[in-house]
Amino acid sequence: MQRITAVALVPLTLWFVIAVIGLVGADLETVQNWVGRPLPAILLVLLLIASFYHMSLGLQVVIEDYVHTELAKLGLVIAIRLLCFAFAVAGIFALLTIALGTTS
Amino acid sequence: MRSADRPLSPHLQIYRWQLTSVLSILHRAAGVVLSAGAILLVWWLVAAASGAEAYEGVEDFLGSWLGLLLLFGWTVALFYHLCNGIRHLVWDTGHALDLRSVYVGGWVVVGATGVLTFVAWVAGISRWVS
Repeated sequence: MQRITAVALVPLTLWFVIAVIGLVGADLETVQNWVGRPLPAILLVLLLIASFYHMSLGLQVVIEDYVHTELAKLGLVIAIRLLCFAFAVAGIFALLTIALGTTS
Repeated sequence: MRSADRPLSPHLQIYRWQLTSVLSILHRAAGVVLSAGAILLVWWLVAAASGAEAYEGVEDFLGSWLGLLLLFGWTVALFYHLCNGIRHLVWDTGHALDLRSVYVGGWVVVGATGVLTFVAWVAGISRWVS
């Protein structure tokens, strides 16, 4: 999955950088309208899922290389898995809130 | 056997700096930087969903010198990790693994990172000015 998410992230990140450059100087309303449109919304959800999946696998390798106490290693890997999942959910939820027009 | 009794491989300081190892370390470092960037992306989305006050906070932060510096670092890390990641994917197919290709590919990645970062910031700044 490290490689599959990597392949997915090549076009997704390039699209994201170009899209964000297009949003430079935009006000909140413009950003919300952009995020709420179907194509950006779908691509952003995919970007969030692929990024945080890729990130949890990558950080796990880093921890396994540098943390040598078994308990600390296990704890950190679990913490990173859970945090990545939580951040992805937070991002997707925020995005859906905007897309479905339920912004407070 | 306790881990302290194991034989040790030579420490990192023994080795001469070379492009291959530096790029490999940078790939990892860039990945860690991008993890922070991913959290920034979520913060941006949550703020945009929360309303004007929260979004203004993000805008103020990203527009500050520290924010712009972080954004610049994030762009460099993103393009480097992206280009070098493609280099890794090529290696995974069993290609370009000879010493010459590894060095040529390494310099191509360094060059591409510089060009892409430059183009992105010129585009962003010209967008900001107009």
